[in-house]
Amino acid sequence: MGRELLVRKIREGTVIDHIPAGRALTVLKILGLTGEEGFTIAVVMNVESRKLGKKDIVKIEGKFLKPAEVDKIALIAPSATINIVRNYEVETKRQVEIPDEIVGILRCINPNCITNKSGEPVSSAFRVVSKKPLKLVCKYCDEIMTERDVLDQLVST
Amino acid sequence: MGNLGFKGRDVISILDFTREELEHLFRVADDIRANPVKYSGELRGCILAAAFFEPSTRTRLSFQSAVLRLGGSYIDLGETSRSSIAKGENIADTIRMLDAYADIIVIRHKVEGTAKFAAEIAESPVINAGDGKKHHPTQAMIDLYSIRTFKGKIDGLSVAVMGDLKYGRAAASLILGLTLFRPKNICLVSPPELQIRPEVRDYLEHVKVNYVETSKLEDCISDLDVLYVTRIQKERFPDPSEYEKVRGSYRITLETLKNVKDDLIILHPLPKVGEIDLEVDKTKHAKYFEQAALGVSIRMALLKLIVRG
Repeated sequence: MGRELLVRKIREGTVIDHIPAGRALTVLKILGLTGEEGFTIAVVMNVESRKLGKKDIVKIEGKFLKPAEVDKIALIAPSATINIVRNYEVETKRQVEIPDEIVGILRCINPNCITNKSGEPVSSAFRVVSKKPLKLVCKYCDEIMTERDVLDQLVST
Repeated sequence: MGNLGFKGRDVISILDFTREELEHLFRVADDIRANPVKYSGELRGCILAAAFFEPSTRTRLSFQSAVLRLGGSYIDLGETSRSSIAKGENIADTIRMLDAYADIIVIRHKVEGTAKFAAEIAESPVINAGDGKKHHPTQAMIDLYSIRTFKGKIDGLSVAVMGDLKYGRAAASLILGLTLFRPKNICLVSPPELQIRPEVRDYLEHVKVNYVETSKLEDCISDLDVLYVTRIQKERFPDPSEYEKVRGSYRITLETLKNVKDDLIILHPLPKVGEIDLEVDKTKHAKYFEQAALGVSIRMALLKLIVRG
């Protein structure tokens, strides 16, 4: 294949680059983007990357993602970079960072945790006690979640 | 005495407190025992709501006794089979109702994290009287206060916590509570299947406390100042066959106590169901019944500090 672009540049919006190969769809899931929101979204998977060998890219036209929204993807794509594009130019570029608290997205691995009980108005919430290796502690029941637990939940589904 | 920030506070984990705060609580409990009349009108007009979704004898009754001795009163959710819980009402709505009816809520539930969740919903202070296998902070307060009362200090002592350290919330809360002091060492004695949970071990490593894990009490008994024994928490085993493997795996008898220090004390959060031989009850080492009695004074002190400061 030549060096031509598979997907054209976006005019305004967000480009998430350097996603580990195969995880672009999980990134969209974490961001809560289903396609029904109406944004034009391009998903490019398994493209060559100097840094990663292979990588995925997600381009979202017309939506500027806020750092707090995007940082959640660092759980499964710590190498990802976020580019905010305006008028075809990259305005800002930054690496994702694992936030100190993760609300929602993950299920506590303790089946007896209040956050796993149906009918109660409560979301899961975890404190990040270590970013490398990733280690989370449930805010409600203190159960520890390891990187393996997080990947098993997010990547396999 | 200053309130050290107790007023209006939730009590979810023993680690919500500092050593200084616990020592203040103990001094108030000392004063209540010495001058009970002085405190008899302390909580006049105050209503405590007892919401026990799991069985309880000592904790429920001692909280009720404590609030009555302080001049307050209580309402009790009663058996959950007789309340709206049986109709399918969720915990959140039950807590909202109790919050409107009472000034302080004491809750016990088998689901872990329930007290924390209740504290987020209620404006009134919430006291965790046990959530599943995780926390039982007021029991840890009683246990630490008992050690201090019978031994005069907690620092420098050799303490063994024995039994079901995996499913036992009283054991877990005491182990965490001991880290707020400076015991000489903590010996964690349990069958291999019932060792402390990862988050408790992580915390012990984090605070660099001096502890050992063993399945043999003989490894540390001759050196002990305090032996804390717990029951195997049959009701929390996910698999009955797992329980059968460890049932009756340890028992304190007169034989066990042959080479102990003369002033060793034995504590137990009660109920005990055979892990301590009845003959041991008659020895000078057995302090568990006095320990249970101290529960009322500690809970009086805690209620007084939370409601009035």
